[in-house]
Amino acid sequence: MKQYFSLFRIRFINGLQYRAAAFAGLTTQFAWGFMEILAFSAFYRANPAAFPMEFSQLVSYVWIQQAFLALFMPWGVGGNAVEAIVSGNIVYDLARPMDIYNRWFFETIADRVSRATLRCAPILMVAFILPPSFRMALPSNLWQLSMFLISAVSAMCVVTVYCLLDYMSAFYTMSRYSAIFVILADFLAGGVLPIPFFPAPFRKVVELLPFAAMQNMPLRIYSGNISGTDAVRGIGLQLFWLAVMLIFGKWLMKRSLKRTVTQGG
Amino acid sequence: MKLYFKYFALHLKSQMQYKITFALNILGRIVMSFATVTGVLFMLTRFHEVDGFTVSQVLLCTSVVSMAFSVAEVFARGFDIFPQLLGNGEFDRALVRPRGIIFQILASHIEFIRLGIFMQAAAVLCYAIPKSGVNWTPNKIVTLVLMITCGAAVFFGLYIVYASFAFFTTEGLEFMNILTHGGREFGRYPFAIYGGGVLKFLTYIVPLALFQYYPLLYLLGRTQNSFYMLAPILALVFLIPCYAFFRAGLRRYKSTGS
Repeated sequence: MKQYFSLFRIRFINGLQYRAAAFAGLTTQFAWGFMEILAFSAFYRANPAAFPMEFSQLVSYVWIQQAFLALFMPWGVGGNAVEAIVSGNIVYDLARPMDIYNRWFFETIADRVSRATLRCAPILMVAFILPPSFRMALPSNLWQLSMFLISAVSAMCVVTVYCLLDYMSAFYTMSRYSAIFVILADFLAGGVLPIPFFPAPFRKVVELLPFAAMQNMPLRIYSGNISGTDAVRGIGLQLFWLAVMLIFGKWLMKRSLKRTVTQGG
Repeated sequence: MKLYFKYFALHLKSQMQYKITFALNILGRIVMSFATVTGVLFMLTRFHEVDGFTVSQVLLCTSVVSMAFSVAEVFARGFDIFPQLLGNGEFDRALVRPRGIIFQILASHIEFIRLGIFMQAAAVLCYAIPKSGVNWTPNKIVTLVLMITCGAAVFFGLYIVYASFAFFTTEGLEFMNILTHGGREFGRYPFAIYGGGVLKFLTYIVPLALFQYYPLLYLLGRTQNSFYMLAPILALVFLIPCYAFFRAGLRRYKSTGS
């Protein structure tokens, strides 16, 4: 366990170096969140009764989403795992006395946490002092906040084991066709539209998929859209999908490594 | 021009060598564009209209912006990866060749997989055209063509600006994404719904609304003013400062030395 922790620390400190990039990303995310809220407010004006969550809940949803984008996004992290598979450098990783699945898992998590650390504070700070209609609210009580924290950690793990499946597909395709993986996860996890905005029959199915265990859950718990026992059940769903994808991922890894042939050179 | 077509054919041929990869990549782009359209559909089936625009009218808007963006992406790919060209010294090689710089950047990279969005958007457009309630006259067809072509030019200009920043920073700047990818993503709704401030910014500073919102009003017959019809042409003025910025960057360029 200690080795994974130090791996995490190395990656984390490494990630903290890119402050200028973080600043550029920050402005983008801020503008992005602003435009999202403006679009939703146009729809709200058109027909407030059809709005499936309270407007203030939506505002919190958008800001938390932008602030912690790096924790939950299904793209853009852990690129060197795929590179290692394609280039054959994976043999070095295999020679190390360390489980390769766990290694990738902790590296990806470290990337996510370091990026989010750099970016979240300024976005949150600004989001708390905006004019009332754009301002982010705190969760209604401490219990809700702690539910959010647990759910956020689970969501990050779920999305990471999902990404690992995507990396491992490179064992079979020798290239990265993650576009479909990514877009599916982004859309069905409520990255484009929060799930309450989906049409009713479709929504019922989506709420049970592993994607609902990603950013959907923590964002809606924070905003108060899911609360009480529903939140506990939601976290249960997250842990269920985490276990399923983790076991499947480990199995797939074992299987892929068995049939991997690396040419020397 | 003839040389450009030669490059064009070359890129097409080389990218067609790996047909399955090519097809899968195109499919990825189609799915991506599909997600945007599904989002629009979900929102408009729930709310029926936004600022008086119906589903098919918004889809008309969505597809026009996506098509314009996609065309720009295919041809301005060289500018999109320009920071890398600067970083690895490939750009220095271009400087010593006896051809225009812009020409060489353009010809060096053409990515056909980026047409995926175009294909998907064209299908949506075909669906939206008869349903949007537009009374199609020759004038309106010209307007539609202007929206797409001039829109592509504006996105193209944005890519040039993105590339020019690299002269100063060597790195690509992520904040330009809000205008390029964000322009496509938020251009799915008529820009007026974002309120007066955003609309003014997108009219006078970065003229995305000039090829989207104003001509759309003309198409839908909300205004008879032919100025709105020709607004996309006015947007072309944007290319002048973009080009000037690129020149200014080029003038102070010192090689990265690799």
